[in-house]
Amino acid sequence: MERNGNAIEVNNITKHFKVYPDKGAQLKERLLFRKRSRFEIRDVLKGISFSVKNGEAVGLIGHNGCGKSTTLKLLTRIMYPDSGTITMNGRVSSLIELGAGFHPDMSGRENIYTNAAIFGLTKKEIDARLSDIVEFSELAEFIDNPVRTYSSGMYMRLAFSVAINVDADILLIDEILAVGDTNFQTKCFNRLRELKAAGITIIIVTHDLSTIEKFCDRAIWLNDGLIVKEGRSPEVVDAYFNFMNHKRIEAEEAAAAEKASQEPPEEVPAEEQPAEEQPPEQEQTSGDGIDYTANRFGLKYIEITKARMIGASGKDSRIFPAGSDLTIEIDFKVNKPLDEYIFGFGFYTLEGECLYGNNTQLDRITVKTDSTTGTVAVDVLGLPLLAGKYLLNVAVVDNNGTPMDFYRNYCDFEVVSDDRSTGYFSIPHKWRIGK
Amino acid sequence: MNTIKELYAYRQMIFSLVKKDLRGRYKGSVLGFLWTFINPLFQLIVYTMVFSFILKTTIERYYLYLFVALIPWIFFSSAITVGAASVVAQKDLVKKIYFPRMVIPISYVTSCFVNMLLCFIVVFAVVICTGVGVNFLALLTLPVIMIVEYVLALGMALLTSAVTVYFRDLEHILGIVAMAWMYMTPVMYDKSIVPDRLLPIFNLNPMTHVIECYRSVLYSKEVPDLTSLLSAASLGLFFLLIGCLVFNKLQRHFAEEL
Repeated sequence: MERNGNAIEVNNITKHFKVYPDKGAQLKERLLFRKRSRFEIRDVLKGISFSVKNGEAVGLIGHNGCGKSTTLKLLTRIMYPDSGTITMNGRVSSLIELGAGFHPDMSGRENIYTNAAIFGLTKKEIDARLSDIVEFSELAEFIDNPVRTYSSGMYMRLAFSVAINVDADILLIDEILAVGDTNFQTKCFNRLRELKAAGITIIIVTHDLSTIEKFCDRAIWLNDGLIVKEGRSPEVVDAYFNFMNHKRIEAEEAAAAEKASQEPPEEVPAEEQPAEEQPPEQEQTSGDGIDYTANRFGLKYIEITKARMIGASGKDSRIFPAGSDLTIEIDFKVNKPLDEYIFGFGFYTLEGECLYGNNTQLDRITVKTDSTTGTVAVDVLGLPLLAGKYLLNVAVVDNNGTPMDFYRNYCDFEVVSDDRSTGYFSIPHKWRIGK
Repeated sequence: MNTIKELYAYRQMIFSLVKKDLRGRYKGSVLGFLWTFINPLFQLIVYTMVFSFILKTTIERYYLYLFVALIPWIFFSSAITVGAASVVAQKDLVKKIYFPRMVIPISYVTSCFVNMLLCFIVVFAVVICTGVGVNFLALLTLPVIMIVEYVLALGMALLTSAVTVYFRDLEHILGIVAMAWMYMTPVMYDKSIVPDRLLPIFNLNPMTHVIECYRSVLYSKEVPDLTSLLSAASLGLFFLLIGCLVFNKLQRHFAEEL
């Protein structure tokens, strides 16, 4: 095979499915409802073209229902496009459905033959590969036992070993790298690397973007049946990641807005009790009948009625892009007036570790009020947290630090980011490589 | 042409499906593989009783006359009725993995064919034990007749299995069709008693010729009538061609319809 030719050429393919709410495949219904067209047409692919060179590894990414699995099915010829052409040069093996045709009562060895035969191997070819397959699966001692006695991990290992040992020129892989334990996964990956190095063309469909980035030379991002971006994997993955983050924020906000319009405003119930960890504010003797271990505690002379996290859209949200500005608003109600109040907020990890905490006293601001209700707001400029889930604490205490209303886990919120650093905070930095 | 090449590459799959089907067919039953023989034998006994004692047929050695036709007929009828459901039955494979779809009906018909060959052991046992004996020259044409019937059955199975995917009722309709077809074929009676105006229909029926050929080889111990064999062969090829064309056209949407 020429090294520089294209292994796969996809030219403007389209595919639609008929979606039947209730499919009448029976004679009676066909006769009775002949005139009724009881299906709607859903366009899954709206004309995509791409080509893959020999020996290239390409990842297909996109959210659920974007058409990437359909594309793969068209490439394997399980289905055919409605229009457009697909040219595949070479023998194709697909790791889409593992263990096709496995029979539980037959032994591992017999199933290797059946399964490999479905990939189009002849008996001679299977004989030649048998020892490799068995060795790769690490099932040598069980190979003559019926497959029904295998654990699901063993089953998948056997299936994967067959599929990967079919000498294909083009390998199509759909979301299957979650096979077996970590060791076996590493082994599978190494094997895929070997195959890639040997010049085999590989197409991977997965949601695991790091796989794509590590393994694929190129990525193709599909959305609603069209190619949005195509190019070197890191760039496409980043673009896709950003897009998905924005989509998530929009979706969450829409859901929150809908919820708010349906229900009367209510305090958000705390979901988790962060463990022991006590905030520094109440390191004092508790002879005052306050249960400091509760999620919410205090004397309630002043009470927090609601807290909001307002994002860039101006709406109460629970999801924010890293680096964005947000405002935390705390509504309060005074039950028994005090001279002075101290308002505070804190960001915690889900494990209850304090990441940051601050209050009006620390910032040397005095809060006095005569009104019985009101709102205190704090603007956070350029949220420096990395991607992940965090907890918000809000609290109001009196000027001695006695808790009035201490809400340890008011709500959780999510930060989305394309920063891949580890830890919790984003620290601006720049690398310089010297001689 | 490409299809044939591809099917050849997938011969191991056909082989393994045939093996699986034969092994799995009577799995779990006490008598197991013996059913392959018991089933046609009992059909033979029932028909022989009805035709010999109630309808009082004048045909000599009616049991043999019937037996050599019944076994090939059972092959043909199971190839079209159960064969029709073969693709639907393998929908898990069809939806999930690529292989030439024709592999399924081919292996199903082949496994029925192997079953028939095994039944022929009994046929020969009867022929020899009852002292009827065989004509070796005539016997040489038997494989040809079998191949002709195989081609015919395959053509029908390709046609019915592909259409059944889109129209599931066909499977049940075919049960009735197969029954009617048996009575429209001289399996239990002689073609000579067929009224003249119905003869054209009988002559168009490829199974008429196939059954007559089997009968002349094994019952009359004669080399079969060449025109009969040729009509059967040409009709068989015609059905195979139609079956292939229809199957190829319809198989493109199998994965979506199943």
